[in-house]
Amino acid sequence: MAQVIVVGAGLGGLRAAESLRAQGFDVMVIGEEIHLPYNRPPLSKEALKGGVEIEGLHFRRKHDDIDWRLGAGVTGCSLTERVVMVDDVAYPFDGLVIATGIRPRHLPVPGPQPQVLRTAEDAVHLREQLTPGASLLVIGAGFIGCEVAATARQLGCEVTVTAYDAEPMLRPLGPELGAAMKAHHEAHGVTFHLGQGVQEFHADGVTLADGTRLTADVVIEAVGSVTNVEWLHGNDLNLEDGVLTDNLMRVVGTDVPVVAVGDIARFPNPRFDDVPRRIEHWNLPTETGKRAGQTLGALLKGEEPTGDFRPMPAFWSDQYDIGLQSYGQPGLGTPTLVDGEWSGDCIVEYLRDGEVIGVVGVNRTKDLMHYRKEIGHEAVGGA
Amino acid sequence: MKITVDMDKCQHYGQCTFEAPTVFALNDDDKLEYVGEVDDALADQVEAAADVCPMQAIEISA
Repeated sequence: MAQVIVVGAGLGGLRAAESLRAQGFDVMVIGEEIHLPYNRPPLSKEALKGGVEIEGLHFRRKHDDIDWRLGAGVTGCSLTERVVMVDDVAYPFDGLVIATGIRPRHLPVPGPQPQVLRTAEDAVHLREQLTPGASLLVIGAGFIGCEVAATARQLGCEVTVTAYDAEPMLRPLGPELGAAMKAHHEAHGVTFHLGQGVQEFHADGVTLADGTRLTADVVIEAVGSVTNVEWLHGNDLNLEDGVLTDNLMRVVGTDVPVVAVGDIARFPNPRFDDVPRRIEHWNLPTETGKRAGQTLGALLKGEEPTGDFRPMPAFWSDQYDIGLQSYGQPGLGTPTLVDGEWSGDCIVEYLRDGEVIGVVGVNRTKDLMHYRKEIGHEAVGGA
Repeated sequence: MKITVDMDKCQHYGQCTFEAPTVFALNDDDKLEYVGEVDDALADQVEAAADVCPMQAIEISA
């Protein structure tokens, strides 16, 4: 049977591997971390608060005959020769799944780089420092930064958040909900310094662009991500923001059977439009992993992949007693309050050219499900 | 097949309800309710529901 190699042992790699193994292919997964695939969102919330137990974060395993090669970072790849390289060792494949995801971005400013939160080890290290009374400076006010801030407050730390944007979670939520979330954090004792870039890192904090010096016992940087594409260089692929694929997750620019999944894949989603985008929402690795498994399976059987793929992006974020939920692509639209108050439990629709392109609910899980149906374009005849 | 949801892990996000609507539902208080034993004909739906649970709280046994 044909040999498939999955590079990357996160959720997207796991789902693609499961799909391909279920189709009968021999599947090897090469992962840089030493762990079997595990669930990352709790690392900034429940697991950070209660203590990180990696065993409790592993995904359930449906196949015991997938060949896991863990703790092995892939260093290169030749699509024409159909091999991936781990240092000097070449692993040949018939079909390849690109699932190497993302890593935290660092601000390009001088000084010692702060710690980040991406892996279970990062979370263990951070947890050890978040002792009651310790001061924490969070650089970046996206979801991870805000979740860490909330968790640290609940652990009894003094927390300051600084970010370039004028409101927390501005780009995904818009200014009104961002301001409301800022007020929630302030009510829980968090101090904000927003609208200022970082000029310099120090071991004990930062200097902001306006000269403000912020200090803390613990400093963490959470300013977005970069894609892990370096090992793919030299193959004439479009790697300008992740790996460009078609709508069925087949990598564009090669005749070799290659698919990409999860955070690294930049693909068009006809639910919204024909613009390829990367989407770093939790449910996409599962959706794209399963779809990519079907696509690669077809290619390896000499068949043309078929189907209509228009996944609904979804994300969740828990901060204090606030549960944010989202469907669609709110960051592409203009927010409109449709139920409740900005400052309380509410539902916000995001409109683009008169169409609902996303929806966010604050503590409104069940109601939100009804709004989900209005988002974007279903397939003709219903999907 | 038997289904168990770890209610200490479950955060009532309701993603399972989209995949297996006859097995999982949110009640009027936004809390998850589910059927503990279902026909094997629903296996694909229940597997998909377990896959999409953000807290990975759904366990399936024969």
